[in-house]
Amino acid sequence: MQLKGKTAIITGASRGIGRAIALSFAKAGANVAINYSSSHIAAQEVVNEAIKYGVKAEVIKADVSDYLEVENLIERVLNEYGSIDILVNNAGITKDNLLLRMTEEDFDKVMNINMKGTFNFTKAVSKVMVKQRKGKIINIASVVGIIGNAGQSNYAAAKAGIIGFTKSVAKELGSRGINVNAIAPGFIETDMTAVLSDKIREQFTNTIPLKRPGKPEDVANAALFLASDYSDYITGQVLNIDGGMVM
Amino acid sequence: MIFEKVQEKIAEQLGIDTDDITMESSFIEDLGADSLDIVELLMALEEEFDIEIPDEEAEKLVTVGDVVDYIKNNQ
Repeated sequence: MQLKGKTAIITGASRGIGRAIALSFAKAGANVAINYSSSHIAAQEVVNEAIKYGVKAEVIKADVSDYLEVENLIERVLNEYGSIDILVNNAGITKDNLLLRMTEEDFDKVMNINMKGTFNFTKAVSKVMVKQRKGKIINIASVVGIIGNAGQSNYAAAKAGIIGFTKSVAKELGSRGINVNAIAPGFIETDMTAVLSDKIREQFTNTIPLKRPGKPEDVANAALFLASDYSDYITGQVLNIDGGMVM
Repeated sequence: MIFEKVQEKIAEQLGIDTDDITMESSFIEDLGADSLDIVELLMALEEEFDIEIPDEEAEKLVTVGDVVDYIKNNQ
């Protein structure tokens, strides 16, 4: 039980990678706050699964791009559990299009949820963690934030932004015992990638040395490591979980 | 009275002796604070005295005396 008695907040935890991380943390003994923005039923199902591991779990609706909602969520979790040990900034959306066809609105939406959401949660939780002199912040970036991807200039910009943000905050908060790292997933089987055509999926898979797409659990394993004491001397890093796609 | 409370908060934040903290002490030069220490300290003082210290004012607070005066004038 690597996370026994710890409290974790996972944003965008109703589905996909967020869901897998929440369940892996619960299995490791952590109480989990399951943040979601629209999929209430799916979020509730994650809670039902999590409590089977004998931990506390609850759903908390909040728009990650709204600082006040985020601050209220943090306060609520703190009052209830007494500490916040782990934050996973996972909430993310895509609005793919070629730059020439991308609307300003689609650019802003992706930046607001992916990048600003990460800023909002990290800022609000850092007040708590600085006082605790301890904490683990894990930001879910993407390999496209490193190598770019045609049709995803908004998403890639947001994810690259998250990487720069991670490194800066790691430098700011290191002296307070707070570790800040990023995970850059490659091609992972989730609802987000289910929309891609078979041809594109095959193309992706061919570029992966391990010759298979990743599972949400592959990412959750890395998150568990970065949330646990085993990673106490690691901060400001980006860990690619991509079957070797980027190296 | 304000000075004693401020002194106490600084000692707690920086892990130093209250005797080493005078009205003339500069946070960075004399007390060894870094920028994050100062932000944390000001947040703690805002809570303690129920005041708000805007960023542009915070920049001007160099010594313990600056902070004590600011609190006196804004409480």
